[in-house]
Amino acid sequence: MRSREREIDPRMKKVHFWNRPKETKLNRSMAGNTLLFVIMIICGIFMALPLVMIINNALKPLDEIYQFPPRVFVRHPTLENFSDLFVIMSDSWVPFSRYILNTIIITGGGMVGHVIIASLAAYPLAKHEFPFKRILFQMVVLSMMFSWTVTQIPQYLVISWLHINNTYAALILPAWCFGMGLYLMKQFMEQLPDSLMESARLDGASEWSIFWRIVMPNVKPAWLTLAIFQFQQMWANTGSLFLRDEQLKPMQYALQQVIAGGTARAGAGAAVTFIIAAVPIIFFLFCQSNVVETMTSSGMKD
Amino acid sequence: MSENTAAVTKKTRPVKEKPVKTKPEKKETMNKKLAEMSPMRARMHRMGYQIRRNKACYFMMAPYFILFFIFTVVPVLMSIVLSFTYFNMLEAPTFIGWGNYIKLFLEDDIFMIALKNTLIFAVVTGPVSYILCLLFAWIINEFHGKLRAFLTLVFYAPSICGNAYMVWQLILSGDRYGYLNGILIRLGIIDEPILWMQTEKWVMPALIVVQLWLSLGTGFLSFIAGLQTVDKSLYEAAALDGVKNRWQELWYVTLPAIRPQLMFGAVMQITQSFAVSDISIQLAGNPSVNYAGATVVTHLLDYGTTRFDMGYASAIASVLFALMVGTNLLIQRLLRRVGE
Repeated sequence: MRSREREIDPRMKKVHFWNRPKETKLNRSMAGNTLLFVIMIICGIFMALPLVMIINNALKPLDEIYQFPPRVFVRHPTLENFSDLFVIMSDSWVPFSRYILNTIIITGGGMVGHVIIASLAAYPLAKHEFPFKRILFQMVVLSMMFSWTVTQIPQYLVISWLHINNTYAALILPAWCFGMGLYLMKQFMEQLPDSLMESARLDGASEWSIFWRIVMPNVKPAWLTLAIFQFQQMWANTGSLFLRDEQLKPMQYALQQVIAGGTARAGAGAAVTFIIAAVPIIFFLFCQSNVVETMTSSGMKD
Repeated sequence: MSENTAAVTKKTRPVKEKPVKTKPEKKETMNKKLAEMSPMRARMHRMGYQIRRNKACYFMMAPYFILFFIFTVVPVLMSIVLSFTYFNMLEAPTFIGWGNYIKLFLEDDIFMIALKNTLIFAVVTGPVSYILCLLFAWIINEFHGKLRAFLTLVFYAPSICGNAYMVWQLILSGDRYGYLNGILIRLGIIDEPILWMQTEKWVMPALIVVQLWLSLGTGFLSFIAGLQTVDKSLYEAAALDGVKNRWQELWYVTLPAIRPQLMFGAVMQITQSFAVSDISIQLAGNPSVNYAGATVVTHLLDYGTTRFDMGYASAIASVLFALMVGTNLLIQRLLRRVGE
């Protein structure tokens, strides 16, 4: 029965972009479109300019970096900076591959764990009624407003009491309970129609399977967005507060050391700035393209 | 075989029915019990029942909230307690009552400058960047496919690049090598380079521009995701109901549909614009010239990480916390009126 429906229902067919019907929006005037387009171009240039500078600086030979008057665009692009960086990195005390592994564990673990745990906690808060619900939720929202710099010291004490100092867990576990993720997921789950879950409940699905099979697929834009936020945050973490062993430190730490090298390493430093920016951008594009895909292929929501 | 099973089911059926019969009686006795109890205890009883019924919910929340208590609630409570002490991180904290707060408001002139700057930041960059986030997310939502992903990237780029504001160091650099000075000298507007970050009157405007540039962050991306989940049929229904242009559509359809994201964005905006510190420290230094770029958080960092007076730093954090909570209450009340 189900499979037959799938064959008939045109919405379920995969529509390729070349024969997708052009979406027309209601209530749009030509003049308004032009105005908005012009605004977008002007602001877009302003927003993208520094990004362009990062890319160009990474490709500049050393004499162009210190040129007067300074230029935005590179004249003689070279990959010298990257090969310099490669040389610096290859004679680091700890093999560079170790830094990459650490980054994968810390960033990946912190991100995946947070998305799952925060979503799990957000679902009951969004869709169920039970005692202490409001208090728990308000606590999370309020916690985001307490200055992180001050709680760092007590947090350090807590982490040493738990004897997880100088381990990956010291970075990953606190990242799992950031307030923002829970808040974001809860807000999106609130928008889901109750009927969606009600029908599954009548079919005898447990709360657990409702969460995995119905709630999570329907809030995919939300958790992909959360993954971007969390990736950025974990990626930027040098871990120098909790990690003492050089073998445990992430790539970000090693790269920051190069920038700290000053003028002599300005070229390699420009390459580092480029890499630090490029990795989250690649991840961002990966997530964004997924968001767009899910939303065009399914017309769920009743 | 089938007869056999039928017999079994027949036999078991009355047994199964029994508890069904007794249930209402049990409930009655329960109600009686509850009536006899004091209202307080009755409430506790009902709550216990509610908790048992929603066991699955608590299990789902357990991993998050256990970690949350350990790594967030405990440190925050400890900080609040520390704000009533003198604590230099070497000796054990000594209790000094309201001493830190009294010093903060009555003796600390720099805190007043920092508070003033923070409020300027919050009042100027807060609403402006919130509206910009919404506006750009809404405009980008008009585009499709690859172009849309590209535009999102361009506008989100400053936030994604981590320390992208370092680029502003090059732009605002005080010597001739600074991009801004270079351009202005070339155009003949100025003869000598301006020390942007060392001149008191330029510090705040420059920091505000950088902060605005950085502002399309968390809120912006959550609006983008929120706009994607708005039900398309709502727009058709609205057009039939007489919505005539995109502005009406925005106010009556789109904004109410993404209200949860609006609330989220507001909270993120508050935490961002009240906690400005990184850009000030990186661009203007800490302490900056005549404290022109001092904010509450740079002041806090000054005491916490340079002077090692954690008690005082905690008091500053508590004041900032109260400020943010108050603003949040106000904003959430305003947002409930959207689309009315």
